Amino acid sequence: MAKNRRELSSLILEHQYNPQVEVVPREEAKRILRSLRAKIWQIPWIRASDPLARVVGARPGDLLRLRRRSPMAEVVETYRFVVPA
Amino acid sequence: MTVQFGVARTQPEVPLKSIHRIRFGILSPDTIRNMSVMEITTSQIYDEAGLPVRGGLMDRRLGVVEPGARCETCDNTHDACPGHFGHIELVKPVIHVEFAKYIFDILRSTCPHCGRIMLRNDEIAKYRERLERLSAKWKLLADNLVEKVKKRASERSTCPHCGMKRNKVKLERPYDFYEETENGALVKIDPEVVRERLERVPNEDLRLLGFDPSMARPEWAVLTVLPVPPPHVRPSIQLETGIRSEDDLTHKLIDIMRINEKLKIELEGGAPISVVESIWSLLQYHIATYFNNELPNVSIAKHRSGRPLKGLAQRLKGKEGRFRGSLSGKRVDFSARTVISPDPNLSINEVGVPIDVAKVLTYPERVNEWNIDRLRQLVMNGPETWPGANYVITPEGRRMDLRYVRDRKSLVDRIGPGWVVERHLQDGDVVLFNRQPSLHRMSIMAHLVKVLPGRTFRLHLAVCPPYNADFDGDEMNLHVPQNEEARAEARLLMLVQEHIVSPRYGGPIIGARQDFIIGAYLLTRKDTLLDREMVAYLLGAAKDVEGIEEPAIMHPTELWTGKQVMSMLLPRDFTWVQPTAFRSTCGDPATCLEDEYLVILNGFMASGVLDKKSIGAEQVDSLWHRIARDYPSGIARKWLDSALRVFLRYLDLVGYTIGIDSFDLPPEAYDEINGIIARGEERARKYMEEYLAKTLQPDPGYTVEETLENRMAIELSKVREDATRVVERHIDKRSEAYIMAKTGARGSLINLVQISGVLGQQTIRGERIKRGYRLRTLPHFEFSDIIGPEAGGFVKGNFKEGLGPVEYFFHAAAGRDGLIDTAVRTAQSGYMQRRLVNALQDVYVAYDGTVRFSNDAIVQFKYSDDFTDVSRSDHGKPVNIDQVIARVKQRG
Repeated sequence: MAKNRRELSSLILEHQYNPQVEVVPREEAKRILRSLRAKIWQIPWIRASDPLARVVGARPGDLLRLRRRSPMAEVVETYRFVVPA
Repeated sequence: MTVQFGVARTQPEVPLKSIHRIRFGILSPDTIRNMSVMEITTSQIYDEAGLPVRGGLMDRRLGVVEPGARCETCDNTHDACPGHFGHIELVKPVIHVEFAKYIFDILRSTCPHCGRIMLRNDEIAKYRERLERLSAKWKLLADNLVEKVKKRASERSTCPHCGMKRNKVKLERPYDFYEETENGALVKIDPEVVRERLERVPNEDLRLLGFDPSMARPEWAVLTVLPVPPPHVRPSIQLETGIRSEDDLTHKLIDIMRINEKLKIELEGGAPISVVESIWSLLQYHIATYFNNELPNVSIAKHRSGRPLKGLAQRLKGKEGRFRGSLSGKRVDFSARTVISPDPNLSINEVGVPIDVAKVLTYPERVNEWNIDRLRQLVMNGPETWPGANYVITPEGRRMDLRYVRDRKSLVDRIGPGWVVERHLQDGDVVLFNRQPSLHRMSIMAHLVKVLPGRTFRLHLAVCPPYNADFDGDEMNLHVPQNEEARAEARLLMLVQEHIVSPRYGGPIIGARQDFIIGAYLLTRKDTLLDREMVAYLLGAAKDVEGIEEPAIMHPTELWTGKQVMSMLLPRDFTWVQPTAFRSTCGDPATCLEDEYLVILNGFMASGVLDKKSIGAEQVDSLWHRIARDYPSGIARKWLDSALRVFLRYLDLVGYTIGIDSFDLPPEAYDEINGIIARGEERARKYMEEYLAKTLQPDPGYTVEETLENRMAIELSKVREDATRVVERHIDKRSEAYIMAKTGARGSLINLVQISGVLGQQTIRGERIKRGYRLRTLPHFEFSDIIGPEAGGFVKGNFKEGLGPVEYFFHAAAGRDGLIDTAVRTAQSGYMQRRLVNALQDVYVAYDGTVRFSNDAIVQFKYSDDFTDVSRSDHGKPVNIDQVIARVKQRG
């Protein structure tokens, strides 16, 4: 068991069911949006206050890349658009 | 490109406009007066002569609905007059009920004295700046902010602008406002005062509270003028007796007018405040129920007959309302509905249509040089004889009803290319067939018509599972696509054979059931030997087979095995191995001599029997699943059609029935079962004794009573499980009931046990029977705090020997509970389905593989992460590697 909040949150973040997160650099984000033919608001939203967004210090307007395991495909990359609060 | 079927459009030119956007707001009194053509001045509607009174609710200036009359505003007759709004000038203002909540919001968050929002200037500046930023892009967040502003403003009691201390405002639903004074008394604020307060709120403050003052000033929500819709919205009905019956809305408007007039008289006569107030509140009541007659805490306005009146809201709301009843759902032409019944001789692709239906439903076929002779013959046959035609459309677009054409011969001679013949439904036409509730896409499939005598739609038994149909009186609907494009689409995408594999789990949803399964089992059993006549008969039922094989036995007579017949049906290149339902001791399909494995090599059925596991509907990784997957849909369908016909033909020939002897058990079996029952009861009793002796240890998280109940329930339900094993061991393996249960055709071992062994524990809501009288479930038992096995619904009897009276009662109670349970479950899942579909109906899979909403917002970046269409998959997986390897090996 975790001793404190910090330890607990790190345990949660390292759990196998939790996706890996990273902020996508601006230029790459633009490329991704072009290839998806999507405006940034059409990407699923995540709040900047979401624990997962706070881990990587995401700010509103950022694009996050999540890597998670999927029962159908091995590893899947998805994106989240960070919105205020 | 526009397709016109020879119908010349002679409608007048109507200017086309496209809707750019829709904005909702509140009508201002000025707008209401401007759009009104007249003021309603009297509650009278007709004079003694029965003519509309001028200034009344049926005034000719509002438009006309009766034929012959002319509208005094637009001078059009009833078919061209669109109707014109009037208005009623209310003597005293009243609250619009549906806006009461918003009025309350404003009253709560503004100062009653100066009308400013109850926020300091710095707060206003802060929120305004934030709101402007958010409302450009973040609608949702802007709404959240508005909620926050409202909350902040309503918390304050002293106005930061004029320094006034204000009282708390309360809303008494649905439309009365009160102010709480210092001493706690509630003082009513009448609508006039409410309106004055709302008028004082400046536009800039309204924006912070989520209002757009150009579209909706809050004081407009307090009505001073009431718009009166034209008679087109509330037509009066003339009965045969000559008595005129008015629409509910007209009745309501008359009530409003009467009270309004009365209020005016009393005011002018200087009546006491109490009288005025009571009339005023009556006016408020009538106007509120005019909008919505299902308001909480308001008595429902009733018609003279006692029937509740329909308010405006009731016209729109609910299943029969304008949206769900008139706009989302409409009645359609070219459709038919009747009872369904089975026909195993049809193809699964077909539907049997009664001749009477085929003579009414038509398809418009365009005449060309290749079909002209046929269509001429159909027109010659006319509407009465099938196959015939009901209408003919000339190249000019004139439509001729063949019922009234006297000389069809001369008409037939005039028909040439460019004409359209609306001919009767014929064999091979594509139609859509549907059974409600339409829960998945297989609820509407395309079938090919087969016109048959009789009055019912006929369908193949194998397509019952996708429709969830049976023949206990079910009715189904049929629709006829009306052009070639629709027919082609239906045939290619919706035909039954394209839906054999379900998108739900990637297995066949259509397949053999019940009789087909027994037939298949009996046919493929080892002891089935058929002479030449029999084989020819069966292959005749199969229709196209390549030819007859060499018989398995040549002397003294030629005899074929049932497996050989099956082999003659199977595709030549088909190989498949799977265990049958009878698998028990054999481990290796290659060496098993007991028919425990189904082995098919290159279309040769080497061993095994057919059962539900191999050819049944909804069975994945089965013989039928492989055929449905590995061959084109047309071939799979043909195979199923002919195989099922053979199975059923064989069953017809050998016959099949069950009798009581199907359920005979040897005396030893009964000894064993009685022992099991006795031991089960004894164990249950022991727990009861332990409980009474207070030595029963409670399970974690349960009380002692709960522990006792759980233990007893477990012991008693174990009795039937144990009895099942005994029955399985002792029952005659050749008995018809056992064969049905084992092959999966109908019934299960549990049914057998309940018929010949023990019925077992009866339950209500998953628990032993516990209700009834005080301290006992029935008067037959002694008073007791704990319920013994018999009193709790444990039935020792069986159906074959009969139940005791008490047992019978508990069985009936449990049976009724099951019925109620199913009814409740279907209602609940139906509502859940509706909500899910409403929420997800706009989701689609885009061509790039992403899943998106109607605004192209992404839901999934790749459909189901692997972009696999389950109905084109192998039980959810895109490829079945084992199958591929097996096939390659076999070829090599």
